[in-house]
Amino acid sequence: MKYLDEYRDASIARALAEEIRKRCTRIWVLMEICGGQTHTLIRYGLDELFGPNVQLVHGPGCPVCVTPLETIDRAIALARRPEVILVSYGDMLRVPGSHSDLLRVKSEGGDVRLAYSPLAALDLARAMPARRVVFLGIGFETTAPAHALAVLQAAREGLANFSLLSSHVLVPPAIRLLLASPQNRVQGFIAPGHVCTVMGYAQYAALAREFRVPIVVGGFEPVDLLEAILMLVKQLEEGRAEAENQYTRSVSYAGNRAAQEAVERVFEPCDQKWRGLGLIPQSGLRLRAEFAAFDALRIFPLAEVRPEESPECISALVLQGLRKPTDCPAFAVRCTPENPLGAPMVSSEGACAAYYQYRRLVSVKEAP
Amino acid sequence: MCLAIPGKILSLEEQGTRMGRVEFGGIVKQVCLDLVPQAAPGDYVMVHVGFAISKVDPEEAEKTYALLRSMGALAGELFAEPPGAE
Repeated sequence: MKYLDEYRDASIARALAEEIRKRCTRIWVLMEICGGQTHTLIRYGLDELFGPNVQLVHGPGCPVCVTPLETIDRAIALARRPEVILVSYGDMLRVPGSHSDLLRVKSEGGDVRLAYSPLAALDLARAMPARRVVFLGIGFETTAPAHALAVLQAAREGLANFSLLSSHVLVPPAIRLLLASPQNRVQGFIAPGHVCTVMGYAQYAALAREFRVPIVVGGFEPVDLLEAILMLVKQLEEGRAEAENQYTRSVSYAGNRAAQEAVERVFEPCDQKWRGLGLIPQSGLRLRAEFAAFDALRIFPLAEVRPEESPECISALVLQGLRKPTDCPAFAVRCTPENPLGAPMVSSEGACAAYYQYRRLVSVKEAP
Repeated sequence: MCLAIPGKILSLEEQGTRMGRVEFGGIVKQVCLDLVPQAAPGDYVMVHVGFAISKVDPEEAEKTYALLRSMGALAGELFAEPPGAE
């Protein structure tokens, strides 16, 4: 496919890796924020190409993983109501809540459906006016415009049986939290290319200046990521700390204004809880009061939930880049994609799932 | 979740929202094009959960790729590629 295959070219990847190796005069610790980038790195073994001088730490950019347990528990409570059809993205159905998950609710008779797009939930609401369609819409800045447009479309059509159970998180406040932490070891960031496609990267330029840390907006293919890493290494070796853009074919400095306007129209910033990281001020989005009629949190009577995390799961530390998935004693033993203790083992962007899929055999091979 | 894949716009239709048929390596899907008002049939767009979030900039893509290709070609001379390598 055009704009994909050429960025998977092995000879270019090797040349970039060699250049990274040559440029490094010491060890540099870099973080990729986005879980999609984590999967590319681990799947293609990129982290083993350029030698030990670049250490990659995986960041909190897995939206499924950081969606608060309360949201999952509320979705489960809604899915158990007979009049509700609960619709969400595939990964969300298997994320463990406090006591159950959506797939289990489905097997017990709840009407839970998987959709690739919120547009499918709108179609369902039109087709089944007697039912109440709730779309569990979670995500980062990339996904917020899609949810905003779905709500605007529902409002335009007067689709009173459609609502959004929303949980949206924003990347820059999370980077700020990581950089301000005394435990921080990260010296450079790969900023998430599709978040920046929507938002542009002015916010990252401000972070780069404030914390004197280089940030490079990166794409998702192997060659994109290696080029982004090379750009970070060059900055670090030259003592620069700027925001640069590797993913120019999709990202501009100002981002997508139409998408930003849709989000601003429908959502407002709020303090937001991240699973594993806790409450981060002004790091989320909630529906504006004007759209209360489409806000599942306001239109359904939802009992107070008391979320309970698995005591054994170390996903909080994995999400902060303080531990690798393989450091967890439950990894691949008591915690597997079929029987996950925590969200990072479920999501196609979770770091634990990436290691489970691509590194399990390696770790067995290395075992004495 | 934040994955977006490039697809080529085949045709446009206005039905309240701006929808289009977009092709991804042989598979055609309906995509909302409201967020890329400047995109037209023949253009490539990055598509995320059924919505195009950007029009791929062909000049930027070519510029990046030409630079990368020149590195790859150079590397090909420096490190002979083993046959059958991916």
